[in-house]
Amino acid sequence: MVEAINDAFHVELARDDDVMVMGEDVGRAGGVFRATAGLRERFGENRCVDTPLAEAGILGTAVGLCMAGWRPVTEMQYDAFSYPCLDQLITHVGRYRWRTGGQMEFPLVIRMPYGGGVRAPELHDDSPETYYVHTPGVKVAIPSTPADAKGLLAAAIRDPDPVVIFEPKLIYRSERQEVPEGDYVVPLGKARLAREGTDITLVAYGAMVPLCERAADELDASVEVLDIRSLKPLDETALLASAAKTGRVVIVQEAPRVNGFAGELAAILAEKAILDLRGPVLRVTGFDVPYPYWKIEDAYMPSVDRVVDAARKLLEY
Amino acid sequence: MAQVIDEDREVEGLGEQELLQMYRSMVLLRTYDERSVVYHRQGRIGTYAIFWNHEAMQAGAVHALDDEDWIFPSYRESAIGLLRGMPAATVLHWWRGHPAGWWNPADYNVASICVPIATHVPHAVGLAWGKKLRGERAVSLAFFGDGATSEGAFHEGANFAGVMQAPCVLFCNNNQWAISTPLSAQTRAAALVDKAVGYGMPGVRVDGGDVLAVFEATREAVDRARNGGGPTFIEAVTYRAAPHATADDPRVYIDLERVEQEKQNECLGRYERYLRRHGVLDDDLDASIKNEAAELMRSGIAAAEAEPEPDPELVFDHAYVQPPPGFRDG
Repeated sequence: MVEAINDAFHVELARDDDVMVMGEDVGRAGGVFRATAGLRERFGENRCVDTPLAEAGILGTAVGLCMAGWRPVTEMQYDAFSYPCLDQLITHVGRYRWRTGGQMEFPLVIRMPYGGGVRAPELHDDSPETYYVHTPGVKVAIPSTPADAKGLLAAAIRDPDPVVIFEPKLIYRSERQEVPEGDYVVPLGKARLAREGTDITLVAYGAMVPLCERAADELDASVEVLDIRSLKPLDETALLASAAKTGRVVIVQEAPRVNGFAGELAAILAEKAILDLRGPVLRVTGFDVPYPYWKIEDAYMPSVDRVVDAARKLLEY
Repeated sequence: MAQVIDEDREVEGLGEQELLQMYRSMVLLRTYDERSVVYHRQGRIGTYAIFWNHEAMQAGAVHALDDEDWIFPSYRESAIGLLRGMPAATVLHWWRGHPAGWWNPADYNVASICVPIATHVPHAVGLAWGKKLRGERAVSLAFFGDGATSEGAFHEGANFAGVMQAPCVLFCNNNQWAISTPLSAQTRAAALVDKAVGYGMPGVRVDGGDVLAVFEATREAVDRARNGGGPTFIEAVTYRAAPHATADDPRVYIDLERVEQEKQNECLGRYERYLRRHGVLDDDLDASIKNEAAELMRSGIAAAEAEPEPDPELVFDHAYVQPPPGFRDG
C-alpha cells in the first residue's frame, strides 16, 4: 500500500506544479514509512519540504501556502501526533473558505498513518477519524487497498476542499495488489463492495475491511463486506442498498466506541433503513479507554472472533 | 526603544504628502473606532473590540507596506482593510454579524479577521514563504497582541518563519493587557522583543504610540524581508487606554491613573502636534481630514444599515466547494 501512495505522489507532483508535500522527515528520509521517498530528489527541496516538528505550524503554514496559490499535502507523522493540528483544522481549515464568502479556496490535504496492531509505543496507534469527520468544511477518506490508497490520495489532492486521508498503517505493507499505473483517481463519496453477499453486511473502513473479510470466511452465511472508504462525502446509497439487501448490519471500527463513526452509520440506518432491518444494528469497536500498551493491544483491537460473534448473534434474528 | 516624534526628528524619505497620508489613515481609524463604540451603544453593531490608541501602530506599519504585501489582522485590527480601500460598510457588516462582511482576501491582500489568538501567525508565515517559493516579491505582516506571544501558534509560526526565512514581519502590539491579564502575568521575559533571538531573527522595540517610529521600524523590516533577509519581530509598546471590547469594564482591574496619563499622550494627538510643529498641518486641513473621515463613516453605516437582511439560505453556502450529500440534514 505504501508504494501505491508513493506512486500517487510521483504522478500528482508531476501533473501539477502547484502541488507540494510538507511534513516531518518527508524529504531527506522520504517519510518514516517511505511514503514520500524520492520526491525531494525528483522535484526539489521546495516541493518536498522537511518542516520543523510542529503539527499546528505545518497545517497553519499550509493555510497560508494555499493563499499563495499552492496545493500543500501535509503529513502528520502519526495519528496521535496530529492532535496539535486540530486547532488549525477546526478554527481555520474547515472555515476559511466560508469566511471569504466562497471566494478563496483551500485545496490542502492532510494525510497520516493511523491505527493500532503494529506493536508500537504509546500514541502511535490511535484512530482519530471522528475528530476530523466531525469538523464542517473538511472531507475524510480512508483506503483499505493499495489501489484505493493511490486513487483516493489523487482525488484528495485534486479536490478543491480540504481533505484528510487516514492510511491504515497495519496494512501498509501486508495489503498488496496490482495498482493502475499513471493517472488514477478513485472519486470521493463512493463506497466499495469488497465482497457480495445476501445474509448479512459487515461495514468497515481501513484496516477493519480485511479483518471483516477474514470474519466472512469463517461464517456459514452469505456475507457482504462494504468498505465505506469515504467517510465524508458518505455513500449513503451504498450503505442503505446493502442494508436493504441483507437486513442485517454489523459495523466494525477500531476507534473507541463512544460517538465513533460507527454510531453515525448506525444512526443513518436507524433513520432510513429501519423497515429493512431484521435485527439491531450491531457495532464491534474499540473501547472507551486509551489505546493500550502493545503487550495487551490484541485485547483492544476488534478481532475476527469478535466480529464473527456479533454476526452470529445477528444472524439468529 | 525607537522613537521619532519625541525626538522631533524627521524620517528619511517621508515627504509632506506621505506624512499627511499617514495622518489621514490614523484619523480614519480613530473615527472608525470612536463611531463604532457609539454604534454599539445605539445597538447598531454587536460587541466590538476597541482599538483606540492603537492607530499609530496600525497606520505606521501598513504605510511601510506595498499594495502587493499582505496584512493578517487580529480582531484588534478589524478596520485595517480601510487603509487598503475596503468599504467601511464591509467591516461594519462583520461587526453586525452580517455575511456581507465576508471579503475575498486577494481583493485587498488583507486576510480575514482572526478571532482566536495567534492562530493567524502561521498563515502569514505560510503566505510569505509560499510567495517566496514562487519567486514573487510580496511580504506579509501579521498583527497580534502581547497575549498572543504565550500561544503555541505564535511560537510555531515564528519558528517556521525563521527556519524558512519567510519574508514576513511579526508585529506585536504590546498594549500590556490581554483583557484583564497584565503583561507581568503573561511572561517573565524582560521584553517581548527578546523572543526574536530564539527564532534567529532580528527584533526591534519601538514606541507604539509613535507612528513615525513604527513606520521606520517596519520599513526596515519589510526591506530586509523583500531582499532575502527573512523575518523580523517588532514589539510596539503602547498602553491599552480603552476597554478590551464594548463588553469589558476595565475599572475592576486596570490602573485608572495610568489610563488617564496615556490618554493625555494618545497617539493621534501626538502626531497631530508633530505635524503642526513642522508646519505640515493647519486647522483648515485638519478639519477637512476629520470631516472626510466622519463622512466616510456616515455613509458607511448608512450603507451597512441599508443592506437587506441576509438570506437564511446563506447558512448552506460556501462551507464546501463541492458539498457532501447530506450536509443540509439537521
